[in-house]
Amino acid sequence: MNAVWPHLPILQVIVPLFGALLAGLLRRAGPAFAVALVASWLMPFIAGAMLWQVLTTGPISYHIGGWPPPWGIEYRVDALNGFVLVLVSAVGAVIMPFARRSVAFEIEEGQQAWFYCMYLLCLTGLLGIAVTGDAFNAFVFLEISSLSTYVLIALGRDRRALLAAFQYLIMGTMGATFYIIGVGLLYLLTGTLNLVDIAGRLGPEWTNHSRAIVAALAFITVGVSLKLALFPLHAWLPNAYAYAPSWVTVFLSATATKVAIYLLARFFFSIFGVAIDFRDLPVTEIVIALSVAAMLVASLIAVFQTDLKRMLAYSSVAQIGYITLGIGLANLAGLTGGLVHIVNHALMKAALFLAVGAIFLRVGTVRLSDLAGIGRKMPLTMTAFTVACFGLVGTPGTSGFISKWYLVLGALDKGWWVLVFLIVASSLIALLYVGRVLEIVWLREPLPALAQASDPPASMLLPIVVLAAATIYFGLDTEWTAGIASTTAKGLLGGLR
Amino acid sequence: MATLADVIQRYHYAITIFLMMAGLYVVIARGNMVKKLVGLSIFQTSVYLLYVEPGKILGGTAPIIDPAFSVYSNPLPHVLMLTAIVVGVATLALGLALVVRINEAYGTIEEDEIVEMDRET
Repeated sequence: MNAVWPHLPILQVIVPLFGALLAGLLRRAGPAFAVALVASWLMPFIAGAMLWQVLTTGPISYHIGGWPPPWGIEYRVDALNGFVLVLVSAVGAVIMPFARRSVAFEIEEGQQAWFYCMYLLCLTGLLGIAVTGDAFNAFVFLEISSLSTYVLIALGRDRRALLAAFQYLIMGTMGATFYIIGVGLLYLLTGTLNLVDIAGRLGPEWTNHSRAIVAALAFITVGVSLKLALFPLHAWLPNAYAYAPSWVTVFLSATATKVAIYLLARFFFSIFGVAIDFRDLPVTEIVIALSVAAMLVASLIAVFQTDLKRMLAYSSVAQIGYITLGIGLANLAGLTGGLVHIVNHALMKAALFLAVGAIFLRVGTVRLSDLAGIGRKMPLTMTAFTVACFGLVGTPGTSGFISKWYLVLGALDKGWWVLVFLIVASSLIALLYVGRVLEIVWLREPLPALAQASDPPASMLLPIVVLAAATIYFGLDTEWTAGIASTTAKGLLGGLR
Repeated sequence: MATLADVIQRYHYAITIFLMMAGLYVVIARGNMVKKLVGLSIFQTSVYLLYVEPGKILGGTAPIIDPAFSVYSNPLPHVLMLTAIVVGVATLALGLALVVRINEAYGTIEEDEIVEMDRET
């Protein structure tokens, strides 16, 4: 144990990376799944151990190859990315058992091992972005996760999945290139790529902020916003989520966008917030305006969708708006709300998309008109689905309420009554689209085509129920989510000028 | 004419920005998927230039410690861009593979025609 303990940060990345190689070499679906399962279940323990270490003894700094930073690559874990690592790895572990049946149903036999290989690569990339303390290393991991994501989306059965993957490839590569241009400008200014070192060198002497810093800020914001699907840059997301294999949608919605949000928060608060005074620039105002637009417009579009998966995809765009709103508010309550919503949204969206995957397994379609009365045929699945739906609206007693509560507090802190009204309004729109689905699912007579439908096997049902239960649990006991988020927010805001 | 002199002095940035915008324009303006990928490649290539050119110092040598030399070029940007080139190649390969699959599935690689076909179904 003592030999492993100091190397946890690199193990977080190495284990899924080698798992991916192994899964690809095994070539057969069963063994590849076993490798993916073992790797995914190891991750939360590593991440949990690191978060515990961070919370008790402070940030971990791990020097790759023994080269001290800023010369070598440093893996740095503090409360913010420890939190994100635990979230990503825990969601990956919980949803993994679901994959076996779902993937066997949706992916051709010969491609299943490659599917698990790509999943593990994507996990490597996402955890790598979160764990690394080096801006360029983050770019490499960003591209590892993106390239594997394009493949995962293209594995969808519909030919439109190919088009969705291609469009995402174009947008995603543009986003990553924008990010790397921004990092390049920072590198030209400071001569370093280590995030802590950049922040240190950009310190107080940059009071008359250089135009290059502002350009770097703009490039990185746009690049990362493309990845996290912030409102006008979300165009790739609905198609990608709608046509990807069910399980891929679950994984992406719960982790990929969340890691990108982490990267944005890291750059905003740990680097640019230290170098320049955000009050001189309209950055937060722009982020808030776009977030509010996402919350309202994407929710409205969701109301008119005929496909359940697509509706939830638009709802994701809206929910991402809440998170970026918290980042834009940049006060303690608002940022806590945003960070807590990263977890809460990941849990409930994973539950919702898992339920969609279960429906697809049993019924073969997720068009709303074909799902009338399915609640009576798949009662457990749809009960969990309903719980997560309530979370999405923000009903008191669910985790969604906690995040919105903090966001409203954050808006009140600024004295922005209109914003409070808009948050509530977007919740009401969410109630519209959620209510529409629940009406179809529960109140209508079951269609004859659904006569054979029933709850999925336990390996698929259990993850759905666990995530739905977590939605309620984190709505009642907020010590773990809001507690850690609030500590993290305090730390991030403390570094601002 | 101070501004003109500035521009001429920093002509390498002008080239970088020109390539960047040309690439971005092709990605956005062209409907043909292969052309889109070509534009994307140009866009990425401009970034290599952005990194590599400030790393070169006139009269600087390779960074090998030797009493005869005191001015060295920074090797790090070149190393970074080697990684970025690999990423760019991988992206281009994957993009072209997707275009092949799209061509098999739809029989065309014009984006507007494909969107039209999907609307009909």
